[in-house]
Amino acid sequence: MSKEPLTIALVGNPNTGKSTIFNALTGLRQKIANYPGITVEQKVGTSIIGGVLHKIIDLPGAYSLNYKKLDERIAYETLIGSYEHEEIPDLALVVVDSSNLDRNLYLATQVMDLGIPVMLILNMSDVAKGKGISINPDLISNSLGVPVVAISAKNKSDIDQLKQKISESDLEVPEPLKWGPDDSLKEAMNLLINEWIKPYTNIPESARSIEALRLISEGEFNNAFYQFEKEEKGKSTIKKARELVEKGGGNPMATEVLSRYNFIGECTSNASSITSQTKASLTDRIDAVVTHKVAGPVIFTLVLLFMFQAIFSWATPFMDMIDLLFVEGGNWVANTLPEGMLNDLLVDGVIAGLGGVVIFLPQILFLFFFIYVLEGTGYMARAAFVMDGFMTKVGLHGRSVVPLMSGFACAIPGIMATRTIENWRDRIITIMVLPFMACSARLPVYALMIAAFIPSTTILGIFTLQGITFFGLYIFGIVMAVLAAFVMKRIFPTGQQTPFIMELPAYKMPKWSVVFQNTAERGKVFITEAGKIIVAISIVLWFLASFPKTEMPVLTQTDNTEYNSSFDVTENPESYQLRHSFAGQFGKIIEPVIEPLGFDWKIGIGLITSFAAREVMVGTLNTIYSIEEEDGESSTLKEKLINDVNPETGQPVYSIATAISLMIFFALAMQCMSTIAIVKRETNSWKWPTAMFVYMTALAYLSSFIAFQIGSNL
Amino acid sequence: MAVFLSEIKSPGLFLVKNIQGSDTTRLLEMGITPGIKLEVIRRAPLGFPVEIKIRGYLLSLRESEAKCIEVEE
Ligand SMILES: Nc1nc2c(ncn2[C@@H]2O[C@H](COP(=O)(O)OP(=O)(O)O)[C@@H](O)[C@H]2O)c(=O)[nH]1
Repeated sequence: MSKEPLTIALVGNPNTGKSTIFNALTGLRQKIANYPGITVEQKVGTSIIGGVLHKIIDLPGAYSLNYKKLDERIAYETLIGSYEHEEIPDLALVVVDSSNLDRNLYLATQVMDLGIPVMLILNMSDVAKGKGISINPDLISNSLGVPVVAISAKNKSDIDQLKQKISESDLEVPEPLKWGPDDSLKEAMNLLINEWIKPYTNIPESARSIEALRLISEGEFNNAFYQFEKEEKGKSTIKKARELVEKGGGNPMATEVLSRYNFIGECTSNASSITSQTKASLTDRIDAVVTHKVAGPVIFTLVLLFMFQAIFSWATPFMDMIDLLFVEGGNWVANTLPEGMLNDLLVDGVIAGLGGVVIFLPQILFLFFFIYVLEGTGYMARAAFVMDGFMTKVGLHGRSVVPLMSGFACAIPGIMATRTIENWRDRIITIMVLPFMACSARLPVYALMIAAFIPSTTILGIFTLQGITFFGLYIFGIVMAVLAAFVMKRIFPTGQQTPFIMELPAYKMPKWSVVFQNTAERGKVFITEAGKIIVAISIVLWFLASFPKTEMPVLTQTDNTEYNSSFDVTENPESYQLRHSFAGQFGKIIEPVIEPLGFDWKIGIGLITSFAAREVMVGTLNTIYSIEEEDGESSTLKEKLINDVNPETGQPVYSIATAISLMIFFALAMQCMSTIAIVKRETNSWKWPTAMFVYMTALAYLSSFIAFQIGSNL
Repeated sequence: MAVFLSEIKSPGLFLVKNIQGSDTTRLLEMGITPGIKLEVIRRAPLGFPVEIKIRGYLLSLRESEAKCIEVEE
């Protein structure tokens, strides 16, 4: 019995209740972080057990230590202590689903080979009982040779019992290779360990058996995260080891797995029994409906509709409230502090930037609330099952649907939601194409351009050209996303082939406290991690639009030609300031670059400022055209846009071709710093957001160029 | 008569005969081992994935995985 503080790792298959147990043990004493350099999250917390403060690590869900996925590799590396900054755990709690013992115990037998103390938690006892499965923990404990505790993680007293068991643990290391490899496999392992792994690699001692078994089964070593010498010697030893197994009558690829399952079969056939049930289980009956060929997609569509109703409409009042709060707060600060640069920085830079971060919260929280409920109940896997056939046709994954659809509201929660996609490649592709979905920030820009330049001709009696253009822009976004996914699927390396094998977990009621806690966590991660970047960029944008400080010269109407302006100026100071700021100058500098797209310097300024958020474009144009805020309705802006003439040519500055080109540009370009920030956070590198910015903006430029050149020559 | 899981159109109980193909380890690890009973539950709207029950739990397999599993009625 230990009074020392321990590092305790929770390991188990996905959906076995690890997070629930982790939350029950740690309460609020936990934090999430990304593992450095990769996309997998790490959850660490502390728990007081038997008067001692222990460190608890919740490892990513894994079916096997013979990792096929990044998550599994992280779990494995942490357990063998080869993960940087993390010592070998003093105790591994293997969480298994009692209603699905055999498959769950597979991982348990692997963890038992790592030379660290193991305790087996038979979780979901209530579910097993409901299925008519009865298990004798003592018999399991005897056959495996590790302590076993049967609990239901939802039950408070069971958690206490678990804590009791942990504090009583004598931290004994289980007998190695308890599952009993046959002689030839044992011989092959020893050969490999003694002749190559031990002398020529830095594989930690605790991992040697598992690594030897992996090498025998795979027949080669690919990019292992170890250093090794004498590659040739390694290869020939692996070959010799495999031959030994074959001589003993085994198939090197399968023999280990089969032996483990044989061993497990013996354990469970003694220790558990099923009172046979004839009637279909609740899960089967629900599945008959929700995965039905016709009803399935219909139900999924309804669920999606409901979610969008929530993130579009229900989130709006909260977003308005947040907006109001920050505007009022900004005004208050502006009026309270002495005028000057600090005041401007605080109000227009910091507070506006913070407001721009917090405004996303309602949508993120709503979306993740639904996602956690759908995941927790087990429906999400069904939705993926139903949609997978459709999505694989376009190079995506069944689980891409919810994130992509969320993209119609806003790319930020959508990109965060891609974490439900396990496969790294599918996940990255979904993230990379998601910003093409027409998010709500594009609406004001589309609305302005359509109202100003697309005639409201009626077509087929009920449709207007304006309405069709709107619809067309949405479809355009979807088509581009699909095309981009299709291309990326061909470009991106497959990496290690991960077979698509998805478990459909039994339906359960989610634990509400966990749903709320996880939802809140997502919000916190967004605010603290993406928020930093967003506020920083906001301040830079504020600086570009506010400096250098210029005073509007007092001009009489007649000497107004001074700056070769395209409009007759009854200009206000804000407009003057913006036009002479860095952003304004930059807008002029890039004019030659954007001219082939039909854009002038005014739109150029808008393109720069709208990096804060796409809808800022409209506000910027309002400022440039000196529309007083009070009467700054888009109708006035609309008139000004339509009537704007180029002073040199006398031609209108904007045409239908310009409008279409601009809308296409907004549909395709990556012009949203918050998206960049969240992609950085979710992929944990600047590589992906940079690639996204470059490819989307290039595509936008090219498409707008083509559209404008064709449009203006018709 | 042994057939591949990918060719089975209607639900029913089968016996796993053999797992073959380039990456069989994961299928084995998930408990799809020769000699075990496998129930085909249903297919998704476009034919794949296929949902099966094995060792008491439900699994969804794409066509490429179903092709690796040889079963017998
Ligand atoms: N009935 C029941 N449900 C549980 C139990 N433990 C966890 N759950 C539920 O099972 C689902 C998956 O649990 P979670 O902790 O997210 O699993 P993880 O993927 O292993 O972290 C959640 O809906 C939990 O509320 C249990 O002992 N009994």
